Amino acid sequence: MTQTVMKIDDLHLSFPVSRSLLDVVQRKPGKSVNALNGVSLELKHGETLGVVGESGCGKSTLARCIVRLYAPTSGRIHFEDQDIFDAEAKRDRSYNRRVQMMFQDPYSSLNPRMSTGDILAEALRVHQMRPEADIAPRVAELLGLVRLPQDAAEKLPHEFSGGQRQRIAIARALAVEPEVLIADELVSALDVSVQAQVVNLLLELQERLQLTILFVAHDLRLVRHVSNRVAVIYLGRIVEIGDSETLFSAPSHPYSQALLSAAPSLDPDDKGAAIQLEGELPSPLNVPPGCPFHVRCRHVTAQCRTVVPALRTLEGRGEVACHHAEEINQHA
Amino acid sequence: MTDHPILEVENLCTTFSRGGTALPAVRDVSFALGKGQVQGLVGESGSGKSVTLRSILGLARHYGEVSGSVRWQGQELTTMSERQLRKIRGREIAMIFQEPMTSLNPLLTVGTQIKETLTAHTDLGRRARRDRAIEMLDHVGIPAAATRLEEYPHQFSGGMRQRVMIAIALAASPKLLLADEPTTALDVTIQAQILDLILKLADEMAMGVVLVTHDLGVVAQTCDTVSVMYAGRVVEQGAVRQVLRTPRHPYTEGLMRSVPQDVPPRTQLYSVPGTPPSLFSLPQGCAFAPRCQAAGPACQTARPTLQDIAPGRQTACFHPLPATQEDAA
Repeated sequence: MTQTVMKIDDLHLSFPVSRSLLDVVQRKPGKSVNALNGVSLELKHGETLGVVGESGCGKSTLARCIVRLYAPTSGRIHFEDQDIFDAEAKRDRSYNRRVQMMFQDPYSSLNPRMSTGDILAEALRVHQMRPEADIAPRVAELLGLVRLPQDAAEKLPHEFSGGQRQRIAIARALAVEPEVLIADELVSALDVSVQAQVVNLLLELQERLQLTILFVAHDLRLVRHVSNRVAVIYLGRIVEIGDSETLFSAPSHPYSQALLSAAPSLDPDDKGAAIQLEGELPSPLNVPPGCPFHVRCRHVTAQCRTVVPALRTLEGRGEVACHHAEEINQHA
Repeated sequence: MTDHPILEVENLCTTFSRGGTALPAVRDVSFALGKGQVQGLVGESGSGKSVTLRSILGLARHYGEVSGSVRWQGQELTTMSERQLRKIRGREIAMIFQEPMTSLNPLLTVGTQIKETLTAHTDLGRRARRDRAIEMLDHVGIPAAATRLEEYPHQFSGGMRQRVMIAIALAASPKLLLADEPTTALDVTIQAQILDLILKLADEMAMGVVLVTHDLGVVAQTCDTVSVMYAGRVVEQGAVRQVLRTPRHPYTEGLMRSVPQDVPPRTQLYSVPGTPPSLFSLPQGCAFAPRCQAAGPACQTARPTLQDIAPGRQTACFHPLPATQEDAA
């Protein structure tokens, strides 16, 4: 359980924005979107690490970096002590097999012209998982694994509902026997009653196949339910990371506190407890100096405006990136 | 508070036809709304909640067949001519849509779009319209309103665009706001801000609100009464506290239990088996029967109608869940 599978070290990623002609004439420097600003975390064998944050905070970018869809500007990702962006590692296709990603939109992530059977068989062929003769039985086995009827193999994606499509996506990821699954908003597009079915399936398969899962989502209740540990991301930085139950029952960072209290409770009498956040997520085009959260924070001081707080362990809690974590949590 | 409902919807039915087959999108929806009240319509995608909202305002009749009655302050809306309806839309009844990204005209400045509403529905002069537009943007919490009036929708973020939509909708001080998933595309922190804003404005302007959402948490936090819809029909309705605390219809209960709140982490979640039926092939009896654990033989053949089970509380089920003391009290 404690063995580290993946180690992410100070990951930075910025996308350059194309300069307008006016900017070039005026010699203005080119701007860039700073999607990730130094993310470090470890993924341990068999755990589920939840990643939460508002849209635009960099959580999907992080997921895409991990599966090498984006190359980071700086920083390292080690998978079993092997740098995945190393020239040699890039040639190594086994990483692509061992770390699989599942996408958010079940309507655009499956090829509409391929039958479910072809989609699954393609994955098996590309990674040469089975000899040609064994492919059909393996496809049947996979459909059984995600509890889709056997006749699903001949059907095209449009014949399935959103929940069933996400099951196909799970089956496709599992076809190549991966060790790590990256679930980017896997169930966000689904209705609640169907969401529960897919989440149950994921939890069950994790148990059975000893999978390590990075679960990226914005639904806090769901993340709390599936995760062992949770990382809260704000503007491309982890502001708090720790044990899921501790973090959700007693969040330490002022942003985590506001984020958690903003989720509407199912209890009609539980009104008015929410901490209102002023304003919105600043644009990643110009990340504020100092603590990225200081423009919206109630506890802001002069120090927050200039010095970026580092992630540090708080007694009895997880790791928090806040200069005033102690004082804030004393009153709580 | 509700001695004189401002909006009364009775047996509203909307049918679409697709290739010769009739699609019963909405069936027999009835509810009443008092001044300053917030009514929720909740259900999964395809349950007919958005179509209900559009039918109220006469938007659905362009592509479907609407029957039943919608009475707005004593006037019947379903039989009203398009010309008469236009006087009510925007002035008395306003609507905000789900997608703040696509419901604003990208080619016009935000100010133009607010002033357009004012030109159509008020007799304010040019100067007064501008002042009112600035006042509305201020009201919905957009900083530097005077300068932002000259900006285009793409210069606003999602949350800000939804605020602009609300400003446009409320510019002519309507008495009723129809909100179709106003916060679904937004983050939770922004969602909280927008819902607070809608509630505050509803309170200040004594405006009724019909809020369509699929999020039970949003219903719990904002609505006074709620109707739960399934396959085009209301299966349960009543005061929010009662419906969410002690659901009587198995579907409502299933929805509540699917939300991972107060369950041990990493355990199997309760899930309603199966998927919602297609409108093309609705079951003969209760539409929920194939997924229902309480379903008996009667449920397969006959359709339960909405029955009063307590004052102001109705459910459509042959085998409703037992009431608790709180419910009886």
